[in-house]
This record gives sequence, structure tokens and C-alpha cells, in this order.
Amino acid sequence: MSQFYSTNLPPDLRVVKEEIETYARDYGLDFYETIFEVVDAEDLNEIAAYGGFPTRYPHWSFGMSYEELRKGYDYGLSKIYEMVINNDPCYAYLMRCNHLVDQKLVMAHVYGHCDFFKNNAYFAHTSRKMMDEMANHGARIRRYVEKHGEDDVELFLDRCMSIDDLIDIHSTAIKRRGDFSRYDFVEKTNDDEVQTIRFKSKDYMEDYINPPGVIKAEEEEARKRLEKVARSFPEQPEKDVLLFLIDHAPLKNWQRDVLSIVRDEAYYFMPQAQTKIMNEGWASYWHSTIMTQKVLQPSEIIDYADHHSGTMAMHGARINPYKLGIELLRDIENRWNTGRFGAEYDNCDDLDQRRQWNRNLGLGRQKIFEVRKVHNDITFIDTFLTPEFCEEHKLFSYAFVDQTGQYVIESRTFDVIKKRLLFGLTNFGKPWIYAKDGNFRNRGELLLWHSHNGIDLKLDHAKDTLANVQFIWSRPVHLETILEGKPVLLSYDGNEHSSKATGESNGNRATVSKSR
Amino acid sequence: MGQKIERDYQRFRRIVRGKVKSNLSKYISRGEMIGKKGGELVSIPLPQIQLPQFRYGQKGSAGVGQGDGDVGQPLTAPDGDGEPQAGDQPGGHILEVELTLEEMAEILGEELALPRIKPKGKKNILTKRDRYTSIRQVGPESLRHFKRTYKRALRRMLTAGVYDPADPRVIPERQDKQYRSWKETPLPQSVACIIYMMDVSGSMTDEQKEIVRIESFWIDMWIKAHYQGIETVYIVHDAIAHEVDEHTFYHTRESGGTKISSAYELANKIIDQRYSPEEWNIYAFHFSDGDNWGDDIPHCVNILKNILLPKLNLFGYGQVESPYGSGEFFDYVHELLGNHENVVASRIPDRDAILGSIREFLGTGR
Repeated sequence: MSQFYSTNLPPDLRVVKEEIETYARDYGLDFYETIFEVVDAEDLNEIAAYGGFPTRYPHWSFGMSYEELRKGYDYGLSKIYEMVINNDPCYAYLMRCNHLVDQKLVMAHVYGHCDFFKNNAYFAHTSRKMMDEMANHGARIRRYVEKHGEDDVELFLDRCMSIDDLIDIHSTAIKRRGDFSRYDFVEKTNDDEVQTIRFKSKDYMEDYINPPGVIKAEEEEARKRLEKVARSFPEQPEKDVLLFLIDHAPLKNWQRDVLSIVRDEAYYFMPQAQTKIMNEGWASYWHSTIMTQKVLQPSEIIDYADHHSGTMAMHGARINPYKLGIELLRDIENRWNTGRFGAEYDNCDDLDQRRQWNRNLGLGRQKIFEVRKVHNDITFIDTFLTPEFCEEHKLFSYAFVDQTGQYVIESRTFDVIKKRLLFGLTNFGKPWIYAKDGNFRNRGELLLWHSHNGIDLKLDHAKDTLANVQFIWSRPVHLETILEGKPVLLSYDGNEHSSKATGESNGNRATVSKSR
Repeated sequence: MGQKIERDYQRFRRIVRGKVKSNLSKYISRGEMIGKKGGELVSIPLPQIQLPQFRYGQKGSAGVGQGDGDVGQPLTAPDGDGEPQAGDQPGGHILEVELTLEEMAEILGEELALPRIKPKGKKNILTKRDRYTSIRQVGPESLRHFKRTYKRALRRMLTAGVYDPADPRVIPERQDKQYRSWKETPLPQSVACIIYMMDVSGSMTDEQKEIVRIESFWIDMWIKAHYQGIETVYIVHDAIAHEVDEHTFYHTRESGGTKISSAYELANKIIDQRYSPEEWNIYAFHFSDGDNWGDDIPHCVNILKNILLPKLNLFGYGQVESPYGSGEFFDYVHELLGNHENVVASRIPDRDAILGSIREFLGTGR
């Protein structure tokens, strides 16, 4: 930072903070202690470029974000209002030059986020001491830079960041494997000994009850099965490709550490992408509620409305997560207040009756608190998006048309919109890539598998990414995918790319080896 | 700008400009931001590097939007990459490319450098020094100014009436604390002085003066952007030489005969008076049309060869095309090239030759 200045809240803002915090708690929001830092635009841009963590490891990509933020700010095109860090205590940054009404709005908004971080189920696994961990990550990577040179470490980081989305978003909730890998050397002793079923028998009956021929054949078969399994790992395709590489790629210690750092941070940031709509919606709902019901002075209403609507504005036809989130939450609140849910309401065909429907249940607030606890964006949309909502908010789906090379409004039908919306959220709208075989062709090559679901991969990117995986794996790497309806095996051996049609549409390992 | 982000930012800039490693270069895209300046749309260049990732291609991709429009209505212009951005695309009237003068000077060339710069003088031993000369309200405890903190605490307790002479303990509170703070005193890393000499005689047409000014402006701009603490001297001459300030140098319109020696003599005098060659790296650039007063030439060559050149790191002579005379002075300077390696001579026939000429003067290859 260019010069020292106090980042503590000045006294006037401290009063505002106490006030808003009290309101937030009265409404039932529950959050870790929140520390506000007041910083200059320049420093805020820097912090934002580092994803909120000023102590993050050095990498040019943060410099790139910084340039974008700085130019955007300098030319008056964009401005960061708030920045909240999921941590205990929560850190939030305020821009020093903002007006008081903006600071109030941001504070109220921040408490919404803090409550969400603490209570939403998908954040449960995240580290609440990430500030410290990020600083440790930074220190470690800086040490590697000193030891192995900036170019080498950066090159490796680039490659890791190129595949940092190959993680398993559900692994935090599901136990995918035993505590010990079957490839650990501990179990090695069992390998020679093949267990077959022997029935209990008296000595003289042994040959009849457990005939030696049969036992031998069974043993043989079991051994074969074991060998086959041993040669192909993982047992099931592994979605957490990063973990697979950390466990099995021949990396140097520092490289393994860098890869784990990238993976740790990817998992930390994952829930924020998983709940973007809900999180922003929830925070916006609360800044709106707290501001309009409690905090606003009459003189501030115009400014508040201006900024609130600015945040909620749609940019072209793009969905604004703030807008979608807050509207959907309000819709839920309204439906549960009036009792528009359940079989009785769903089965009611009388349009007029539906419109008038009101059971005066007043369950809305309670319901949205429950929603913020258990849902993520996918389940949120899946459960609560209604045809009425789509119509009211003019949602439509668009699709890419080959002939014209344009995106075209495809439909305004509820089912299509919902399907498209959910598809875009599933796996963050990215293709599903698995590590399928770490000993492909029995030559220690790596086979990745793209679980194709209708959309082809962007080929040039896929090839370059494959090259990055190859660098980490060091042996040739292959990717099974489908291009224009035909199964293809893309390969990179460290020198050149090749692609080979593999015949069957569900090209598995057997057919691939056959075509060789 | 924070020091940390500055490093990452510079690293990024260097990758974009191809200064380090080439394997990212194919991912660089010339992005832009559309801004407004005085009602006009301007494009602000924003280069981006996108690391490759497994992602979906465009074919078959789809999404959800919000707003008006009929089914079948297109959202973007053809070939629009990535997300559709209906509505916020400005019309096709973006002309300007926003570049600051500093950025321009940087782009001008990184292969350029002040040639043969030598560590000279005492000044360039020190580069930067922190001096603890000021006081701030915040800071690390290790820099706490004990005396000031004590005084303030005492004053506060006295005014609050809680000071008890029988028990003279003074307990400082947060707001009493004062910390030592430093100021960076920048010292020039290498002391250098640039002398620009320009022929403004009547034989130079306005166009030629313009060329000379453009060239010296860019050399000046570039050197100032890359070296701190450089001193400049501007000399204009016809038959008599004057030292002028920067503004005059770029704006003066004089006319008259030409005596190049007058400028060299003045330059020599200035060097002797102010910039001792023992302590300064001295660079001199002279621009002329090469038409000199006949009798003056031997005198010029004499001064240059025997007096001026031994004192200079580099003497650059740039000659514009002369519509009247022969431009013979170039040949005399050219003769010196063989024996003196600190001489560069360059012809600048038209505006297009300016950049090449700058490279000749400042190219690191030399």
C-alpha cells in the first residue's frame, strides 16, 4: 500500500455499523463477528483482484484482474461496492470515498452474506480461517519461487490453474472411497494370497466337499480378476481429477504442494459459485429490507433507490443473479405467506381462485430462512421456479444457431427455460471430465473421459488443456469424448496431438485398445 | 499501487508484450472496454490471457436470458464470442484508442536503452533511502515514538484531571500513540544528462523542424519514462546558440544563418560548468539539415573530435533532408564513425524514418 492510513471504521460509520448489526440480529440473521475495513479505491481494486485475500500467492492473473478493475474504475465504467470474505471473523471492505447511504447499504448487504456463509449447508465444509491459510499458501509458493525460480513455478501454476475446475463438487458431502486406498503398500501382503471359499469338512470328506480341481480353478479365476482390477485404477471414474493427479502423478514435492494449494482454493471458492444466485439474492433481500424498514432517512431515499436499482439492473439480456435471487426469494416469501403451495394449490385448476389464493399463513419469513440453509442454486431453481414467475419476469431461453452463427431466443416455455437454467448451473456449466484409467494400455498412460451430454468440447481449448495434464502426468494422456456425434480419442504424448475415431459410441477401454 | 499487485501487474504486462516466455502468447486476446469520453465512445484496450480449460463449444450451447423479444429473434451479431450481450453493444463508431503518453513511451520499444550508461559519480551509489522523519497516527508498535506518546498521554490525563502527582503513572491509550514513519528519498539511479541541440536556421523548412521536434520529443519522452533523475539541456542555434527551456525548444520559430560550431561550443561550456564528465553520463543529440556555413565546418569537426566527443557517452547526429543545400555535414560526421565508437549518425528523410532513427540512436544492439 502506497501509504499508511487507518483502515478502521471512522467513528460515524462505527455508529452506523452498530445500528445495522443490531437490526440484522433482530431480524434473525446469524453471523460471525464482522470486521469492516475502509480502504481506498486503489487498494480495494488490489484486494478484489486477489479474490479478497490481500496475502494471496503471486501470479500474473491477479495482475490481469487488477488492470481490468483499475481501468474500469478509472474510466468510470465499473465500481466495486462491497467485498465480503467467508471467514471467521468475516472481513468486509468498504470504499473510503463512498457516500454514507452507500456505506449503509453495503453494510446491510454484507450482513446478509455473512449470515449466508455461516448458515448455508454448502459452506459448511469451507475453512473459516481462510485468511490465514491463504497467507500460508502465499508464503509457500513464494518460497518455491525463491528456490526453483519464478519461471518454473509460474509455468507449473499456469498448468494447474488451467485444470483447477476438474474437481468433484459433491465429494464434500459424499464419501467416495475408503479411508485407505487399495494401492497403499500396507495391503500389499494380501496380493499373493487369494482367498477362496472352503467349506468346513472332516479330513476324510475334504476332497469331496472341497474338490481340489474346483478350488484350483476358482483360485485361478480370482487371481485373474484381481490382476485385472490392479491394472486398472481408479475403480470408478474419478471426478476429482486434481486429487487423482496429486495421488498418482510423478510430481516433485513442491509441485505436489502447488497442485494441492490450487485444489484447496478451488474447493474453498466452489460454494460461492454454487450459490451465487441465492447468496446475492439473500444479501440483496436483506439490504433492501433493513434499509427500507429501518435505516433510511427521508433524504437518502433517492440515492438508495438509484443504487439499489443499479445493482438489480439487467445488462442486456443476461440474467442478473442479484435480481433473479431477490425476486425468487420474495416470490417464495409471498407464496408461503399466502399458502400457495402444497397439493391443494397445485391441483387447483381455477385460474381465478389461484390468483385470489390466500390462506394467511404468514410462513414466508420462516420459509426463506429454511431455504437459505438447505438449498444451493440448482435445488433452489429446481424447487421454486414457477411458470408464473418465468412469465412475470420475462425469462426466455436462447440457443446457438449454426446456420447464422447467432444466439437466438429459443423459447418462453417454462420447461425449456428451467431445463436450460439448470443445465447452465450444473457443474458450473462446464463439461464433466473424469480420470478413468491411470494405467491405460498397461503403459502408465492416463485416460480421461468426457461424459458427453449433448454439447461438444471446444476443441482447441481441450487440446491445450490436455497438454497441460500431460505435463503433470508426464506420460501420454488421452481424452475420450464425442465430436459431432462420433466417439473420438484425443491424445497428447508430449510432442504432438493426435485424434482417433474409436468406433462405438460408448467407446470404452476395450474398444479403444482394439482399434489400436 | 500496492507493491504486491504491482509485481503481478508488471509480470502480466511483460507476458502480454512478449517479454517473457512464449507459450502463453497464443492465449492473449486483445480485449477492450468500451468507455465514454466527452460523449464519444472510446475503446480502452484491455489485453487478456485466458488459460485453456475444458469447456463447451458454441455449437449446441444455450442459456437463459431475461427481457423482451420474440421467439426466434437473434441476440448477438454473428461471431459474437461467448455470452450473448444484446443491448450493450455500442454502434459501430468507436474510433479512438485510448493510450496514455506513458503507455505510448513504453510501447515505443523496450529494446531501446541509453547506450553505454556507466556508473559514474557518487550519486548513483545510493538509490533509495528511507529516512524516519515524520510521525503518523498508525504504525507498528516497534516504531512507537515513546516520548511523543508519553507527552500526549500525560497531556490527556492532565486535562482530564486524572493525573495524580503522588502516583505519577501515565497510561497511554490508543489515541495517544504516535509512530515514527519514514519518507523515501529517491536518489537518481544513474546520473545522466541529455543535451538536445536543434538547428532552427532559415534553411530548415517548417516540415523539417517538425520532424526534428517529433523525434526529439519521442526520445525525450522515452528517456523520461525509463530513467529517473535525468537532466536535460535544450539548445537551439542558427548562427548563434542559446540555451532554452523545454517549451521554447519545441515551439520556437527562428531563422537565420547556420553556425553549428556555436551550438557545440555552448554545449561544451555547459558541460564544463555543470556536468563534469567524471560524474555524469552525458548524451548529446544534434539535429540539423546539414547545411553549415562553409568556413565553420573545420572548426566544428575540430571541436567535436577533440573537445566534445571525449566527454560524451554518445553523440547522436540526426540529419533531415535539405531542400536547398547539400547536407554535406553528414559526411563529416560520418567520417568520425570509424575512429569514435560513441558517434551515431542517422538520416531522417521523412516522418516515416523517425522511428528507425530513434532505434539507431538508442538501440541496445550498439
